[in-house]
Amino acid sequence: MLTFNNPTTVEEAVALLQKTDSRQRVLAGGTDLLVQLRSGRIQAQGVVDLKRIPELRTIRTENGGFRIGAAVSGAELGEHPALSTMWPGVIEGARLIGSTQIQGRASLGGNVCNASPAADGVPGLIAAGATCTIVGPGGRRVVAVDAIAVSPGKTSLAPGEFVVDFFLPAQAAKGGDAYLRFIPRTEMDIAVVGAAVNLLLDASGVCTHARVALGAVAPRALLVEAASHALVGTRVEAAALEALAAAARAACAPINDKRGTIEFRTQVAGVLAKRAAIIAYERARSRA
Amino acid sequence: MGNEGKQQFKWVGTRPVRPDGVDKVTGQANYGADFTLPGMLAGRVLRSPHAHARIKSIDASRALALPGVRAVITAADFPELPSEVVAGGESPVNYRHISENVIARHKALYEGQSVAAVAAISASIAEAALALITVDYEVLPHVIDVRAAMRPDAPILHEDMITSGVEPKPTKASNIAARTEFNMGDVEQGFKDSDVVIEREYTTQPVHQGYIEPHAAIASMAADGMTTIWCSSQGQFMIREFCAKLLHLEDAQLRVIPAEIGGGFGGKTTVYLEPLAVALSRKTGKPVKLVMSRDEVFRASGPTSGAHMTVKIGAKRDGTLVAGSLELAYQAGAFPGSPAVPGCMTAFAPYDMANAKAVGYDVVSNRAKCAAYRAPGAPISSFAVESALDELAIELGMDPLALRLKNAAKEGTRALYGPKFPIIGFVETLEAAKAHPHYSAPLKANQGRGVASGFWFNIGGQSTAAIHINEDGTAEVVTGSPDIGGSRASMAMMAAEVLGIDLAKVKPLVGDTASIGYTFLTGGSRVTFATGKAVCEAANDIVEQLRARAAKLWKCGIEDVIWKDGVAYPAQGQTDARTQLSLAEIAASAARTGGPITGKAALNVGGAGAAFGTHICDVEVDPETGRTSVVRYTVVQDVGRAIHPSYVEGQMQGGAVQGIGWALNEEYVYSEQGQMQNAGFLDYRMPVASDLPMIDTVIVEVPNPTHPFGVRGVGEVPIVPPLAAVANAVARASGVRVNDLPISPPRLLSALQKAKA
Repeated sequence: MLTFNNPTTVEEAVALLQKTDSRQRVLAGGTDLLVQLRSGRIQAQGVVDLKRIPELRTIRTENGGFRIGAAVSGAELGEHPALSTMWPGVIEGARLIGSTQIQGRASLGGNVCNASPAADGVPGLIAAGATCTIVGPGGRRVVAVDAIAVSPGKTSLAPGEFVVDFFLPAQAAKGGDAYLRFIPRTEMDIAVVGAAVNLLLDASGVCTHARVALGAVAPRALLVEAASHALVGTRVEAAALEALAAAARAACAPINDKRGTIEFRTQVAGVLAKRAAIIAYERARSRA
Repeated sequence: MGNEGKQQFKWVGTRPVRPDGVDKVTGQANYGADFTLPGMLAGRVLRSPHAHARIKSIDASRALALPGVRAVITAADFPELPSEVVAGGESPVNYRHISENVIARHKALYEGQSVAAVAAISASIAEAALALITVDYEVLPHVIDVRAAMRPDAPILHEDMITSGVEPKPTKASNIAARTEFNMGDVEQGFKDSDVVIEREYTTQPVHQGYIEPHAAIASMAADGMTTIWCSSQGQFMIREFCAKLLHLEDAQLRVIPAEIGGGFGGKTTVYLEPLAVALSRKTGKPVKLVMSRDEVFRASGPTSGAHMTVKIGAKRDGTLVAGSLELAYQAGAFPGSPAVPGCMTAFAPYDMANAKAVGYDVVSNRAKCAAYRAPGAPISSFAVESALDELAIELGMDPLALRLKNAAKEGTRALYGPKFPIIGFVETLEAAKAHPHYSAPLKANQGRGVASGFWFNIGGQSTAAIHINEDGTAEVVTGSPDIGGSRASMAMMAAEVLGIDLAKVKPLVGDTASIGYTFLTGGSRVTFATGKAVCEAANDIVEQLRARAAKLWKCGIEDVIWKDGVAYPAQGQTDARTQLSLAEIAASAARTGGPITGKAALNVGGAGAAFGTHICDVEVDPETGRTSVVRYTVVQDVGRAIHPSYVEGQMQGGAVQGIGWALNEEYVYSEQGQMQNAGFLDYRMPVASDLPMIDTVIVEVPNPTHPFGVRGVGEVPIVPPLAAVANAVARASGVRVNDLPISPPRLLSALQKAKA
């Protein structure tokens, strides 16, 4: 028998998760959790639904950036014009999770904590330099998004902890981001490779700062420092793009599985990094 | 290009709303899993985790001790049947193999094969009981790939399997169940006489039919053995026949009530759950429901064969085809019965070729037993031949449609498999394709255009139809053909056309096995043709009776009564309008003229009209990722006569889309242990709606003279050309030809990189 609780405050949720030593699972949209429970891939004795906690369901502006509740759905993110304008790449990733129906439920918090290396919501957040607030028996702490997933299905969260919100800093005046994924179909699929690029330009159009993150090419989404170096100091021209692709490919440590081969993932990671960089560059240039 | 506007018929060729439409769009239609009976138990199936294992023992005592468990069955609950091939289903069947596929007896031959089944008072108890059944397996080496299975040192699935069709008869068991050969003319001489010879190897992967509705069955056996089965299938009489044979019951003890069917495509022309449900009901005395999960559908039902093929085609410089040879190795799955023979018969059928040869091998391996899939065998061998023809066209510098037109089969052309074609419309499809604006539309960078043609026999067979005229003049049209592709609409339209009454007055119904005469299953593109012919004859029977009733009322001879537009008129010379009698008026006076008015026809229909199609496909290839997008697609097909053009177009579009999935992304992925890794729609990548452009259709009508309205089968031939149409388009778009399906992005990218290096 499965217990179900839907607390309305963070404190209540922490208490519920702490109270029992049984296997309690945190539920936001449930689009991964319910599938895993039903298939028998995971077992749980209880579910704590976080969707009733207002703090986890709101998007607020803060210091020019955005604080996004961990249980905000993909559809809600997509319908937030200011957020989509500032961080189009982050939102592109979030909006690629599942179908239209799934978008009404799927959350960034769930996408990050499911710890799939192929999660579409994650590379964009990492490239944007997003942080997240974690709460648990020991109180609150703030960590970078790329510190959450450890390996497929495993996170760095301690027992009883969950993610409250994400913080996306203000995008620079000449900044732009983009996310692309490769799937053999056009939807209803899981990334074979994902690539996010976030970059800043100076007044003359030279890249001064870049973050490149790759999904589905390693046990967890990767922040590729060498790929960033390939872009900084350039106008994202052909030679820089080739260097970016080479750095992205060098960082890949994928597996062969039903969704793709090592060779394919490695090759396409470079292609997508280039294409995402071109989009991010155009977005940054077109900013006022 | 349908006959709309030609005013030839009142109903045939029009597009009325389908009679089963409202139920389906409102969710009222009852599919296989929708029935519930009082006291019903939930069944679950225990499946082999091993690709190949001897079953040493099964201990169900712990499961039976679980409160709520009512019964556990194994192969011991079924009679052990002799291994013999008899007529049945869509092709000859071996009931021993069907029985073992339904529940493994001595060995499990593939991962997912049923080993035991449980009935319990709830689904969760039944599920829990599965974990308490102890099966002692001796795991054996397994083989998945067709060529590996043909090697002399391959693990042998059936120790008694001696290849048939080989002289002298082999003495040693192998995984090759049968060799079949077709010959016409002198192939070797033909190649010597050719100016150009193309010889290539091809492979295709097994693909699942992918019907949306999983298999489901409910059975209820009474104490006297009378049994009712509710299930979704392509043939209620086939279910009755197979269950009777597998359980040693008489046909009259079984009544099968057909549910609405959520897709079949050939995959529901056999039994999986029904015999298990009957055996569980027999053991418990309660109704038992069994429903497959999608995971079970993938592991244990379907698919069609994968294959390894060699094709050789020789032609004169002017494009005249001189000789063709084909060698096919089709994987049958765990039991013999791949469609290698129709593969041999169909691939060269569109072409007039004096010298041809085809050899087919039916090969077993440790994967789910193949089931029929839309034009069984033909898309596979056609992929090989139509790809080779494209290379021949390029080699000769010829337009690929011109090459096909030059060699197209016509009335009187002898096919490799024996007969001379009667009136066929292949040339008309080629000409329509050539004239279509699609064929001359400009292409953008990285785009390419492929064409391919295809053939399917279509079949007739046994069908019964009954028409009952109700007291108010409305009509019930009862047939034994499950409606997969809109056939109820077509039956009602043909009946209304013959009777001359309003379509709204005609109600089509699919009868159960006790309420209509024997009818062969829905398959072979036969229903609108054969059952439709029975409906027309039953309607003619009614018309004769109506004339006789009118004659009786008018006290004249039947020859003095004319039936027109649903009304009896006196014959010439008797023009008094007051003596006209409508069908409703005759129905109202039925008691005075001889009682109820019922017409019937029970036929074994021959003369099915062969179908040909020609497809045009444009793709765009991303040269950096190997990803292929279909950007435009046109299906041209000779349908004989489209009764309801919308459902004919739906068949053409659906077949094309399934073929596109086959060409681009669908495949089974196995672990080293022979376990399927992608048993779900997430990773078994059928196309989704957004992957495709609207599939354009061109209906060509070269009527089949043996059908009252000229119908040819339409459901199968549209899946034959797409594999090669896509592959030919990819080759022309990318400059790289991939002869192994699916042309998935990793495979195409790797080929592109090799070509560049």
